Amino acid sequence: MAMTKKKKKFIVNLITHIVLLLLVFICLFPIALVLTNSFKENSEIVRNPLSLPVVIHLENYIQAWTTGKFARGFINSIKLSGITILIVLFCSTLAGYVLAGKRIKGSSAILMYFMVAMTVPIQLFLFPLYYTFAKLNLIGNIPATSLILAATSMPLAVFLMRTFFLAVPKELEEAARIDGADTAQVIWHVMRPVVSPGIITVSVLVGLQSWNEYLISSTFLQGEKNFTATLGFLSMNGSYGSNMSILMASAIILIGPIVIFFLFTQKYFVDGMVSGAVKG
Amino acid sequence: MKKRKINWNYLLIAPALLISISIILVPGIMTIMYSFTDWNGISPNVNFIGLKNFTELLHDNIFFRAIGNNIIWTLMFLTIPVVLGMLSAMLLLGRKKTKSIYQVSFLIPYVLAPAVNAMLWLNIIFSPVVGLVAFLRNMGLDINSPLANRSTAIFACAGVDIWHYWPYLTVIYLAALRQIPTDQVEAGKIDGCNGWKLFRYIYFPNIKSTVSLMFIMITIGSFLAFDYIKLLTGGGPAHATEVLGTYAYSFAFGSMKVGKAAAVGLFISFFGIIASIIYARISRKENVE
Repeated sequence: MAMTKKKKKFIVNLITHIVLLLLVFICLFPIALVLTNSFKENSEIVRNPLSLPVVIHLENYIQAWTTGKFARGFINSIKLSGITILIVLFCSTLAGYVLAGKRIKGSSAILMYFMVAMTVPIQLFLFPLYYTFAKLNLIGNIPATSLILAATSMPLAVFLMRTFFLAVPKELEEAARIDGADTAQVIWHVMRPVVSPGIITVSVLVGLQSWNEYLISSTFLQGEKNFTATLGFLSMNGSYGSNMSILMASAIILIGPIVIFFLFTQKYFVDGMVSGAVKG
Repeated sequence: MKKRKINWNYLLIAPALLISISIILVPGIMTIMYSFTDWNGISPNVNFIGLKNFTELLHDNIFFRAIGNNIIWTLMFLTIPVVLGMLSAMLLLGRKKTKSIYQVSFLIPYVLAPAVNAMLWLNIIFSPVVGLVAFLRNMGLDINSPLANRSTAIFACAGVDIWHYWPYLTVIYLAALRQIPTDQVEAGKIDGCNGWKLFRYIYFPNIKSTVSLMFIMITIGSFLAFDYIKLLTGGGPAHATEVLGTYAYSFAFGSMKVGKAAAVGLFISFFGIIASIIYARISRKENVE
């Protein structure tokens, strides 16, 4: 009896792992294919995309880096995401502090507003915004585009920061107030250290979101010199199929940093994803 | 003294509110107004044309095809990723050492940019010249790029988006499942529940609120579908993969009918607002409970 139970458990475990590995395969197969082909010659890819590289052609990467103008692309991407993170952090931390304590009249109305703003489609505000920005000569302007990206991630960031501020014990602020601290000091010296995991979570989520964003950045960042790394990569595809090795190497140049970044920040990333959706 | 403190707090909320209002609310209201005009985006000459944009849409076959495609998109997203997410979350629930390795591997497509994911599928998988499709064709299989076929293109687009999206649900469901008190699960096991019964009577009822929240978010998201279609097919071939998002975009930046684009945009928002009202209702009910 004990034996069969053990056996049964073993089989269940085996099936579980087979199914999970199958799912891993589905997720990673296309990416693995890009990786192996990025080391191959164009003709080798055309002949068989499934074969492993015989000779490692690292020069694909050098060529990709220059054709894709990635040096400038990455600088633009960093600017775009960096400015977006700074705007969102500054605004959402302050707003989260105010809304967590219901410190002003209409706090719940503001929360309601942000809840609706979170589900508003980009197409509801994109077109007038584009033509207004065009009139103000802001098309191709990275900080201006950051402002739009910041506005789209603001609601979620405000909710997340509010949740983190809600977890701060009231006594902490009261004690500081008794010691004569003003609001700025309370936020900077008392609250900031406590909510710093929230600040990291928001930075990671907003950073990745703005790095990957397509609709707004492709609409507003026109002009090749303003292209982010992703937009530069997309423009390479114009010469469709002409040189797959370079295209594949370019894809890896884009995938690599994000995967590494994700591996280091996954805890915060997963926390941020979950706290928006699961009440705990 | 007290009055000064209140003023401070209004100042603190101002940046977040001002940015949101100037980027989202004001242009949103402008969209509503422009949907009743024939504005082309540039000309200062804007004429009020009443409901003409909307009545024209009601006689537009492509518009209805776009709605149809959004509905296909919604149905696919409400089934395939939900089942995959639930299955993988249940399987991961029992894993201790390997859980995070699996979770991280699943999430890699999710954290990559849609532009990168789409290019990757477009070239190395779907391309009839260099991709997997081309390779299989050379082997003698009679297949073509599913993106080139009018009847399969929408499913291929949704497939790529689902490939990228489903691990998100795994993470959400797994987080919800892990909050279930272990004594409930133990009690269920003692009562003789296992496998499907355990899921049906113990796990599922406990995460029902998360599941229904995700249903609403998926529905909202499906009517906003844009990135993968724009990147993979651009709405083609012959409007076969047109959805409301891409259709509005092509009005605004292709044929310069911004008034009409606004009308389509309003239509998308209409679904979003209905769903977000339901969402607000549900989350408020839960807060009360």
